[in-house]
Amino acid sequence: MTATQDADAVSATPLSARGLSVGYGEQAIVRDVTLSIRPGEITALVGPNGCGKSTLLKALARILPAMSGEVTLDGQPIGSFPTKDVARKLSVLPQGPIAPEGLTVTELVAQGRFPHQTLFRQWSPGDRAAVERAMALTDLADLAERPVHSLSGGQRQRCWLAMVLAQDTPLLLLDEPTTFLDLKVQVDIMALLSRIVHADGRTMLLVLHELNLAAAFADRIVMMREGRIVSEGPGEEVIRPDELRSVFELRADVIPDPVTGRPVCLPRSPDDSAAPASRAAE
Amino acid sequence: MTATRTILTASGFWLCVAGVGIAFLWHISVGAKAIPLATVWEALVAPQEGVFDHVVVRELRMPRAIFAISVGAALAVAGALMQGVTRNPLAEPGILGLLAGATFAVIIGIGWFELAGTAYVPLFAAIGALVGAALVWTIAGAAPGGATPLTLILSGAAVSGFLYAIESAALLLNEDAFDDFRVWLSGSLAGRDMGTFLWALPWFAAGLIAAMVIARQVTALAMGEETAAGLGVDTVRIKFIALAAVIALTAAAVSIAGPLGFVGLVIPHVVRLFLGSDYRLIVPFSAVVGAGYVVVVDIAARVVLAPIEISTGIVTTMLGAPVFIWLVRARL
Repeated sequence: MTATQDADAVSATPLSARGLSVGYGEQAIVRDVTLSIRPGEITALVGPNGCGKSTLLKALARILPAMSGEVTLDGQPIGSFPTKDVARKLSVLPQGPIAPEGLTVTELVAQGRFPHQTLFRQWSPGDRAAVERAMALTDLADLAERPVHSLSGGQRQRCWLAMVLAQDTPLLLLDEPTTFLDLKVQVDIMALLSRIVHADGRTMLLVLHELNLAAAFADRIVMMREGRIVSEGPGEEVIRPDELRSVFELRADVIPDPVTGRPVCLPRSPDDSAAPASRAAE
Repeated sequence: MTATRTILTASGFWLCVAGVGIAFLWHISVGAKAIPLATVWEALVAPQEGVFDHVVVRELRMPRAIFAISVGAALAVAGALMQGVTRNPLAEPGILGLLAGATFAVIIGIGWFELAGTAYVPLFAAIGALVGAALVWTIAGAAPGGATPLTLILSGAAVSGFLYAIESAALLLNEDAFDDFRVWLSGSLAGRDMGTFLWALPWFAAGLIAAMVIARQVTALAMGEETAAGLGVDTVRIKFIALAAVIALTAAAVSIAGPLGFVGLVIPHVVRLFLGSDYRLIVPFSAVVGAGYVVVVDIAARVVLAPIEISTGIVTTMLGAPVFIWLVRARL
């Protein structure tokens, strides 16, 4: 690859990591990761518990500092931007955020406008429009004046998504946005995220627990194990029985979804003897 | 925020300010000799030389009312900031050892170094508040499970109790030097001089302005540190400014009135009941409601058992303790 091609590749990717190691204290949890997020796509980070996927997401969102290596945002080191400038390019939804008691849905969503405001210019028509758009997208208009803590888990998650959407950034990083929700709500939220990315031309990185959800909705899957990336590509290339066995220590068959053709993972317990993995895969 | 709500909030704020104004006049009119409100008003807006009541109002009573207002505002805002930044509903200068540390340091400063009425009083108070807070957090952090709301309360109680014991011993050993402190130690607005107040004023103003400036960021911090960082809040910087503001406000309050317990706990919670979680509202409303609260409490302290005067701090503690218990039951 020539130098110019290399430069093009860097400018085309809105967010990337090179030789990145991150952790808590002295302990590196993510080790020497190099990754480029592709624009206009949903990338899903998957891997077993404790593999470092949330840690990697936090480092990419500059919430955790790198121990070595670097994160680049729009081709420049992320640390070279003031944190508020980063927040206008990149929004992040951490796992299990806290809604202070008494905060209404509208007030929570309005928090997303923080990086667009200053001490002396606190609320503009643009802010109002962004909040209304985010609430319409997440179907929250009817709940606008309700306190967030009185809502169901799925409704609450939609509020947090709306806050992140109101931030109006080209890049969105979400840490397990569907955990603890009913299957129907999980699918609704993933469909919403997919619409947001593909209709608005935004870029999204998700940490996902549920492999089938990742396979069904992500354009690209990054699989991690013990702090390193072991496999990366479209779902059908990454979700494979041998990868599942080596990364998740999971015996599973993978079949194509009869409607979408995307891979579906069918876990097998040792007692399941009916279909050997090879036959189902054919 | 809708336009109607903005108007409602703004009118609510000015109503509270007006309430504080009325309490202020009432505070001045009450005393060993009742002075009619009309005379109080006259003394404030058009004082005449040689009128005895006017001299009493301006020289004796008005300063105390001003102290009450400043101390109430300072403690309430300090409590609001602490609760927001730490996401601990029980955080407050008294419970987390700042009042005890500041009080202890002021006693050393005045009793030992004879610094009464000088610029060093708030400085000593600030250092004491900082050391008190650091001690409480260090002890709580070393406990199993780290600095949780519960370990912080326990370690705050231990540090406050220990410092209070030393103060009591010092008072017993040297009754002459420390006689002035006996009342001040329980939190009192009686017999404070204007000199100390003027030295505390810059601390008070700096703390209040800093609190207003970071209010937006505190709202974001109250949603968790990672969420705030994602929104573009420089969390380390805001926590540092909040700590400095809390220290300055506590130092100003203690320099003037000694330790007034639970003001910083009660007021922000009452304000939040009406206004929700936006610190751009919680901070100014806490300041005004806290000011009015301490003025009214100080009236009660002088009137209830007249002619005997109870320490203001005893009354705030009596009123605050049930709120504390309720919060522990509801939120811990």
